[in-house]
Amino acid sequence: MAVCVAVIAKENYPLYIKTVPTENELKFHYTVHTSLDVVEEKISAVGKALVDQRELYLGLLYPTEDYKVYGYVTNTKVKFVIVVDSSNIALRDNEIRSMFRKLHNSYTDVMCNPFYNPGEVIQSKVFDNMVSGMMVQVC
Amino acid sequence: MNKQEMADEALFQLLHTEMVSYVYKWAEQGEMESGRCVTKLENMGFRVGQGLIERFTKDTARFKDELDVMKFICKDFWTSVFKKQIDNLRTNHQGIYVLQDNKFRLLTQLSAGKQYLEHAPKYLAFTCGLVRGALSNLGIKSIVTVEVTTMPACKFQVMIQKM
Repeated sequence: MAVCVAVIAKENYPLYIKTVPTENELKFHYTVHTSLDVVEEKISAVGKALVDQRELYLGLLYPTEDYKVYGYVTNTKVKFVIVVDSSNIALRDNEIRSMFRKLHNSYTDVMCNPFYNPGEVIQSKVFDNMVSGMMVQVC
Repeated sequence: MNKQEMADEALFQLLHTEMVSYVYKWAEQGEMESGRCVTKLENMGFRVGQGLIERFTKDTARFKDELDVMKFICKDFWTSVFKKQIDNLRTNHQGIYVLQDNKFRLLTQLSAGKQYLEHAPKYLAFTCGLVRGALSNLGIKSIVTVEVTTMPACKFQVMIQKM
């Protein structure tokens, strides 16, 4: 399913990045990094134009030749980015949405762990397993 | 209010009272200045506020502006934590907000007048931190102070720090 999942703090540094083909890791870091501009653009457009566009899910940020990049921003300005293989056309928008939902729920649990200091890199095993579960399924 | 809710609330209140007396025990024994106790309680509240706001805002729409955030704190946040809304919210539209609670939950058991007034700040430090933590996680840096003239009413003043 997803080839790369990233969690980015409100100050725009990565809290967590996991990629599936590990040899291309740098490329994905780069892709996620460039997507932040699009995220920024989408959030700042929300206040002006449409009122009902206040949803946390931002939808498709941009497609590239091989991948599609999806974004999600929480109320606390934490960004989630999921990169999906373009060849995977079976993937619906709803499924992406539910993936973000799961990611958000898991992140909240991490945040409510008293041993986790906000702003630190996420090292939770439960979170990691959940992300792995989203990535393996079809490859 | 059903029994379950009453029990939940009692737990929080008792734990909070224990926290205050535990922290202040160090000051009595002379191992810590009493000024640091307030800071300590506030810092606890800060972390709790950060966690709580993450939970509470999970299913809400994105906030439009600062006032929208403050309204959320006064309504949803306060209801979730203290089972009632803030009674009065005032602002000068320049980054100062005054949140008035006429019957603050953590003070109702203490007194209904001027008795024990000097102890009131102890029981408000945690809540100040709670508000500050919640706002900070939403990207708003602030200073939160509190003022009590007659219990159980109190006024929280939130000063937003412009970046």
